[in-house]
Amino acid sequence: MHLGGYVWKRSVFAIVTIFVALSFNFVLFRVLPGSAVSSLARVPHASAELKHALEAQFGLDKPVWEQYFLYLRELLHGNLGVSFANRQPVSANLLEAFGNTLPLVATGTVIAIVLGIATGIYSAVRRGTVGETVSTNLAVLFYAFPTQFLGMMLLILFAGYLPSVGMSDPFAVGFSPGEQFVDVLRHLILPVTTLILTLYAENTLIVRSAMLETLGEDYILTARAKGLPLRRIISSYALRNAMLPIVTQVALTLGSIVTGAILIEVIFSWPGIGRALYSAVLSRDYPMLQGGFLVVTVTVVLLNYLADLLYYRLDPRLTR
Amino acid sequence: MTGPEAGKASAARRRSAWSGVGAALTRPAAIIGLGIIGFFLVLSIFAQWIQPYSSSTPSCGVFDPPSPAHWLGCDDGGIDVLSLVIQGGQVSMFVGFTSAGMAIIIGSIFGILSGYFGGWIDTVLMRITDYFIVIPQIVLMIVVAAVWGPSLSHVIIVIGALLWTSTARVIRAQVKTLRERTYIHRVESLGAGHLRIIWRHIVPQLAPLLIANAVLAVTVAIFNETALAFLGLSDPTAVTWGTIMEHAFDRNAISAGAWWAIVPAGLCVAAVIVGAYLWGTSIEDALNPRLRISYLSARSWRLRPLVGRGPDAL
Repeated sequence: MHLGGYVWKRSVFAIVTIFVALSFNFVLFRVLPGSAVSSLARVPHASAELKHALEAQFGLDKPVWEQYFLYLRELLHGNLGVSFANRQPVSANLLEAFGNTLPLVATGTVIAIVLGIATGIYSAVRRGTVGETVSTNLAVLFYAFPTQFLGMMLLILFAGYLPSVGMSDPFAVGFSPGEQFVDVLRHLILPVTTLILTLYAENTLIVRSAMLETLGEDYILTARAKGLPLRRIISSYALRNAMLPIVTQVALTLGSIVTGAILIEVIFSWPGIGRALYSAVLSRDYPMLQGGFLVVTVTVVLLNYLADLLYYRLDPRLTR
Repeated sequence: MTGPEAGKASAARRRSAWSGVGAALTRPAAIIGLGIIGFFLVLSIFAQWIQPYSSSTPSCGVFDPPSPAHWLGCDDGGIDVLSLVIQGGQVSMFVGFTSAGMAIIIGSIFGILSGYFGGWIDTVLMRITDYFIVIPQIVLMIVVAAVWGPSLSHVIIVIGALLWTSTARVIRAQVKTLRERTYIHRVESLGAGHLRIIWRHIVPQLAPLLIANAVLAVTVAIFNETALAFLGLSDPTAVTWGTIMEHAFDRNAISAGAWWAIVPAGLCVAAVIVGAYLWGTSIEDALNPRLRISYLSARSWRLRPLVGRGPDAL
């Protein structure tokens, strides 16, 4: 594949995927039977003006295909309707929630990947030793525990010592910016730890099997025969080649990251996207539900796209 | 070829698909895994007779701690946790097995069709698979379950309909290599139809791979069920490992210090998943001889075995 061809293909794929998700979202909420309840204008306790405005914007009295185009048009303008729960625009609600989710998921994922690569390499290189058995079995064990279970165990163990609800102290009036920052950090510890424990195990197992594949290659034998130091063989020969399957597979764990984040936000009452989705389900807040679905899907598709680009950077065969 | 001769030939083929797998299944990891799964299967089949108390009517006080009469204590409604977990296992295993079965069927149809026929069928089916892989499944499950309403059959359908992607990928790759084997070409030139080739000559070769995949799919299905249940999207009246944890969390078992209302269900989920993982990966390892050798082995200096090299390569 020549230069650009790969990037171009992946870009088209990402755009088409987002479009499919948008259309699926429309069909699920407006066309399928039973979705009449989700009429966007049925905001409880809304003024007559708001209802009329929503009906006009989304053409709710028009035929379905026309509604579809209006839906796409409003989407491009960032209009996702009005939340049933607090009568605020869905986009404003989601933006705030997204800003809260980001620090939690970003810290947890980055630490989990670094930790997973370290333990994965250790498990592959030291295969057959006691250390490897412990490290691999520990990973399998954490991989096996449901996220909500790990979260609840941490709650039981540390509830007295670390803040366990929300992302800041509600009585923190008159805190200096520095103190506020420390307060949020303290609130982050338990949810981030839960996320790391959930994710690192899967990463360990992925890195371990990718490394085992490359450690059996002839070029490792050659490198060893040349007398290269172990560290060099691992980092520039084995890991460098194992990175390709690792990037592909770690990108596929984005789904577990999303699942983990949703469960963790519910357990620790973290006011992010996951909790927004959860309360949208509980209160049958359909505009929020479909808005949340869109935001998460688009984010995951974009991150996958980034992983594809990273793959392109890593694999010289694609740039030739 | 007729009668016994054909039978012998197909037996030989089956042996070749299973070669190495049999040895892998006698490894301690595989036996432990199988033992764990078997234990929980027996437990859930005989759930009605094994439970010491009723799983629907109270038999002790609210959040009573574990005692000789109630080994695992009681939940918020005074219901014996041990009975709940046994009963919940039945439903969780049922959800796991049915939705995994569904996923395996869809996945193998996709994988076999696109691997066997190739061309535009392959392109179309794999594009569809790619979309399903990228879309965050749990969020889709939440949306679908929320729109349809919470019920156990919806949970099974939603999990099954979204879980098949990795199976489809793996099966496709395997069928693609099988397709080029000499014996398939021979059968083809003898005039066998597509259906016959697929059913008699390809599916039997896929058996170990399908079993490994099915086992791993069961774990993901049970996992997803607990997640959906925790978000209140499972049937609220059904007792599953997921709803047990959800009820305990909702009714403040944590602030009451009643860890015994949460821990048993969580440990059961973990045990089943470890069991399935050990068993599934033993089969997978056996099917991938490259994983057996490492030139950086810490203990010994081993060369790669001849399996996986030359014309004999898997």
